[in-house]
Amino acid sequence: MVENMAARLQDVVVQRRGKTILGPVNHEMAPDGCTIVIGPNGAGKTTLLKTLHGVERLSQGQVDWGVPEHVARQQQAYVFQSPIMLRRSVRQNLIFPLSLAGKGRAEANDRVTYWATKIGLAKMLDQPAPRLSGGEKQKLALARALIRDPAVLFLDEPCANLDGRSIREIESLLLDVQRSGTRIIMTTHDLGQARRLAGDVLFLLRGQINDYGSAQTFFAAPSSPEAVAFLNGDIVE
Amino acid sequence: MTDIWSGLQAAFWLLVTFDRDLVEITLRSLQVSLSALVIASIIALPLGTWLAIRRFRFRRAVIAVLNALMGLPPVVVGLIVYLLLSRSGPFGVLGLLFTPTAMIIAQVIIITPLIASITHQAMRELWAEYHDLLISLNTSNWQRIKTLIFDGRRALLTASLAGFGRAIGEVGAIMIVGGNIDHATRVLTTAIALETGKGDFALALGLGFVLIGLALVVNFGIHVLSRTEREGRW
Amino acid sequence: MIRMLAVLATVLGGTATAETMKMAVTTSFHNSGLSEVLLPAIARDIGLDVQLLVVGTGQALRLGEAGDVDAILVHSKSAEEAFVEAGFGTHRREIMYNDFVIVGPSSDDAAIAGAGAADDALTAIAQAEAAFVSRGDDSGTHKKERALWDAAGYNTADFGDWYKAVGAGMGASLNTASSLNAYILADRASWLNFGNKGDLALLFAGDPVLFNQYAYLPVNSARHPHVKSDAAASLEMWLTSDRARTLINGYRIEGETLFMFNAVKAE
Repeated sequence: MVENMAARLQDVVVQRRGKTILGPVNHEMAPDGCTIVIGPNGAGKTTLLKTLHGVERLSQGQVDWGVPEHVARQQQAYVFQSPIMLRRSVRQNLIFPLSLAGKGRAEANDRVTYWATKIGLAKMLDQPAPRLSGGEKQKLALARALIRDPAVLFLDEPCANLDGRSIREIESLLLDVQRSGTRIIMTTHDLGQARRLAGDVLFLLRGQINDYGSAQTFFAAPSSPEAVAFLNGDIVE
Repeated sequence: MTDIWSGLQAAFWLLVTFDRDLVEITLRSLQVSLSALVIASIIALPLGTWLAIRRFRFRRAVIAVLNALMGLPPVVVGLIVYLLLSRSGPFGVLGLLFTPTAMIIAQVIIITPLIASITHQAMRELWAEYHDLLISLNTSNWQRIKTLIFDGRRALLTASLAGFGRAIGEVGAIMIVGGNIDHATRVLTTAIALETGKGDFALALGLGFVLIGLALVVNFGIHVLSRTEREGRW
Repeated sequence: MIRMLAVLATVLGGTATAETMKMAVTTSFHNSGLSEVLLPAIARDIGLDVQLLVVGTGQALRLGEAGDVDAILVHSKSAEEAFVEAGFGTHRREIMYNDFVIVGPSSDDAAIAGAGAADDALTAIAQAEAAFVSRGDDSGTHKKERALWDAAGYNTADFGDWYKAVGAGMGASLNTASSLNAYILADRASWLNFGNKGDLALLFAGDPVLFNQYAYLPVNSARHPHVKSDAAASLEMWLTSDRARTLINGYRIEGETLFMFNAVKAE
């Protein structure tokens, strides 16, 4: 694992069909901890995550992880809002990223067992993944993202539409991996979840960083009036 | 109606007596069409998948050409292959005309666009589903194609079976390039054409029923082998 | 099972032992069933496996021109002579002849059964405008039919709807005639072997102009070096032998002789 993967966004702009979706953004991401990205719908949260992950086509500017891009990508994993299940068994879903990386069978099996136990799916290894419940799918997606021990984990609203118990399990898993040194960058709509997990908070509005601070200061005393309104539950656009 | 009945009877007797010619013709039909199927699948499955995942300048044109080729009349393919393989044609030195190999070539040309086109449509859907994950995992093109082919194998099986159905039932092209030579290039469909020409409808129909039965057995067999039915959606 | 494996072996392995050659023959010759008598005898006598390409005369000549077959056996004298003249074939060897017959509805609406000559029979059909099916495929039989209309003083291009050029082989044309209850010119062998006669009956035959000469033409190896001229030569030898004479003259369907051997012994 590469320590201290810090990213610097320089003049990043993402435009699609003449509309600016993100930017201009200039920001230096903290090298560790858990960053929560919040903001109203359409603020550019997903685009920001994809930009950091390197899968978004930039119209301007650049993202610098301090290492060549393909090295950075190998150290990252991404969990989508609606989990993408390969039409295979739970086991094969977990093995997939390992086999892409050319890991041996024995090592792969050990890891699969470890992660399946960790997410409570050890007894369902041979079930088809597309038939799991929503919560099970998202846990599987999370385990599949973590199985390669990424240095950076992106999560795009991983708990949208999930029941309380699944949310609790996923959050405790996230706290675990954070403690073991994985950098987490995550978007959420759930302000409660943001308060529970955040080390620092990025407040996005109209494609730009409207406010930024440690979780403590941001939630106690946000510096921008829009952030205040957003935290109060007002409609911000 | 009497013709159909006597056709059924003829088919029955051909089968129960294990008619030597029938067995030979049937095996040759299978040999030619299965060979064509394997070759066409090796070309068409990756091609169709590739077309589904890659964006390049002439992609739409390639897909349009593929769809047009799908409707290509087999006799035209037969005629072109004939002219190419004829001793007076560019590939005449190979001496392939009027051999099972020539028939395989013609059938490959006929069914490859069909299989590729069905593959493309099925893979486009699967790719839409897998796109974000495979991009995020930084997969190479080849890894993407392999993953889609593996997970879309049921759709691909359907595509291949459609190709097989077209190949084994095809008569126009293989008549021209195979020549319907007894004990060399005669297959079920050309034998049917021959018997119809002789006015022997019962035997022609009998062979027709054997052909239908064969198509059913092969379809069913492939489904059982790959156990796709038991696995349901996948 | 063993039988199946044996056949499988033959199919996949090909009949490797015997020498093979390809010969293009006309549909009418093949439909007569004579080839099923001659081919096994040839294989037995001279160890030659003759593979037949059953096509129309026009296509048979094209196959010979292209060098895709080693010899052709057809029945269209002027086309054959042109073929040899152009250097595609080495020579033309007459083997045997059969005859054409006029078939039609058993009610014989045009009353051709009593005609004195082929001309009269065709004239009767044209005047009655009775349905007539023509091969229309430029085959030997079709060429013969056109020549007969010519001789009777008609041009087929002037005919009305009753004259139907179907553009198909002998069997398919007979099928059409049978379903339309129409007149048709057919070679005797195809007619006798035809399984779907329906209400059709043989109405006119015997005029010498209806005789149909078959000739054997080896493809010229000077033009196509790959052709098996040795095999073609030994086949020619066999086809003109006494053994062939016996088999050809002795071939009968429903008691009728179909072919008359008339090859002239070499030297």
